Amino acid sequence: MKKIVLLAALVLFCFSQAAQAETLKILTWKGYAPKELVEKFEKETKVKVEVTYSNNEEMIAKLRATRGAGFDLAQPSQDRISSVQEEFGLYQPMDFSKIESALFVASMLEAVKKNTLVKGQAYAVPFCWGTDGLIVNGEKAAGASSYNDLLSEKYKGRVSYRVKRPTLIAMGFALGYKPFDLYADPAAYQAMLDKVEKTLIAAKPMVKNYWTNGDALLESMRSGEVFVAMAWDNGGWKLHGENKAIDFVAPKEGALGWIDTFALPAKAENVAAAYKWINFMTKPENAAYFTNQEKTATASKDANAQVAADFRSNLERCFPQAAVDNIKWYPPVPAKLESMEGTVLDKIKAAQ
Amino acid sequence: MRAKAAFWIFLAPVLAWLLLLIVLPHIDLLVMSFRSRNPGGDPGWTLVNYQRFFIEPIYWRTFVRTAIYSTITTVITFFLAMPVAFYIAKAAAVRLRGFLLILLLLPFWVSELVRVYGWMILLRESGVVNYFLIRFGLLTQPVEMLYRDATMIMGLVYSSMLFMVVPLVSVVESLDDALIEAAYDLGAGKWTIWWRIIIPHCKPGITSGSIVVFMLSLGNYMTPNLLGGKNSLWFTEQIYNQFIASFNWNQGAAFGFLLLLLSSAIIWAGLRLSGQKLGQVAS
Repeated sequence: MKKIVLLAALVLFCFSQAAQAETLKILTWKGYAPKELVEKFEKETKVKVEVTYSNNEEMIAKLRATRGAGFDLAQPSQDRISSVQEEFGLYQPMDFSKIESALFVASMLEAVKKNTLVKGQAYAVPFCWGTDGLIVNGEKAAGASSYNDLLSEKYKGRVSYRVKRPTLIAMGFALGYKPFDLYADPAAYQAMLDKVEKTLIAAKPMVKNYWTNGDALLESMRSGEVFVAMAWDNGGWKLHGENKAIDFVAPKEGALGWIDTFALPAKAENVAAAYKWINFMTKPENAAYFTNQEKTATASKDANAQVAADFRSNLERCFPQAAVDNIKWYPPVPAKLESMEGTVLDKIKAAQ
Repeated sequence: MRAKAAFWIFLAPVLAWLLLLIVLPHIDLLVMSFRSRNPGGDPGWTLVNYQRFFIEPIYWRTFVRTAIYSTITTVITFFLAMPVAFYIAKAAAVRLRGFLLILLLLPFWVSELVRVYGWMILLRESGVVNYFLIRFGLLTQPVEMLYRDATMIMGLVYSSMLFMVVPLVSVVESLDDALIEAAYDLGAGKWTIWWRIIIPHCKPGITSGSIVVFMLSLGNYMTPNLLGGKNSLWFTEQIYNQFIASFNWNQGAAFGFLLLLLSSAIIWAGLRLSGQKLGQVAS
């Protein structure tokens, strides 16, 4: 008898574990799933959230290794979806009937739909957006306002940027090219890359370090080791909150605009929970919380009213209408360009 | 008969582990390295991925650089580890030996990443070392100590010391003190004793330690990347870049196998030069 009771208890225990064990596995960027919001979501839906931090390249590699399994939701940038979808089939089409479209800024939803279109089906909805530009220490490098300032002798040893594709694109603009117009013409794009490569290798003595970790870069700016960096606007605004001398600057060549999305991996196991998370994060109060926390604007339509004043003043200060109009939004990247860029990036890193 | 069955039962998990997690993935990578990257089309067999390593100077140069720096690391590690090992095995009191070995082991209780970040906090321009140097008037301006080749080698030596000391301690321990005493009696100087008695006796330990340190440095990713900074392209990083940044797994797989082949060749050459056999070293 005792044994039976014990067995029954054990079975019950296992079942209750299974019932609780509904999970949502999110592959995203650091900061995109704030702890408070995760807890709120878990309480509302009883779905357990597991978050893995990554970046665009690693997201693609991780999903490619499993052919789109292992995660229920990914958050790649909108320009990095269609080409990998065509080549590797990592994602499944969005079912827009399960998305509360009314929550989104309509124009952004449309733009992302259009940019992630593969064979007539869209693969993503927008989550948040921001720009790549300069973070400048106004006391040490007053007036730095162009990508060319990253090459300037004036800031020798006080410059930092990533050896990644945004830097190549920014330098393309600084050298007077129109990189996005060259996407369709690999030969012309290669010519631009060659020029950018020479420029960046020649400017290597100006560089303190090529940053790879956002927090480490912010630390170098904070301690005054770096005066001018190419980085994301939200980092600049975080620093501005601590030290008014440091701020984000939209370069005169144009800040580079990105939109990070929600996309469903091809073999996602819990798609229902993924849709729940998308709608949850886009609700005005949750989106506003995220914006205040991470200094990143979202695609949520009514969040603005609840966003803290300091974030709105950041936008107004750094992005007057002319700077907004000048933002260069990334169009979808053709697959072939990435390996061309890879070789150039290796050469820049290896050069002495 | 029964003993034989038991033998296979116990061996089965090991074989399964080797086959499923090591042999099969390597075969997959090997096949991949001979295929061209041709999205959508027929991926034919090709040597292009291997050719690119030799045609594009940046790739083989990075490899040469990585190999040279790993060799330097190995040599420096040996020169630092030899006196330490000798002291632990011969000079220190028996009771102290275990304690000293544990002291060497202690840093390995935290992960390599944490240790490297520790070095970064110490050596950065606004870091601890600079602070004290300025405080004591040895420097007037802080100096950036990170992102230099020397710093990178120091980090590599630091993280591989233990793997040199442990094999050295065990060979030095097996050296009969009487040999050293006899050499003194016969009038040999200190350097002669080192050169003609201690070093030849320790050869197997030196070789196995060197192989481990060399391979660990060659295959390290984090230390060169974080401490070496802007000029620090390491061959492993290039493999990573092919897989992750360029999405070119075929090229990355080919680089991986080249790393395996070339490093094995270097070790083979090292064994030949020092007149040793791998079997002796491993035993």
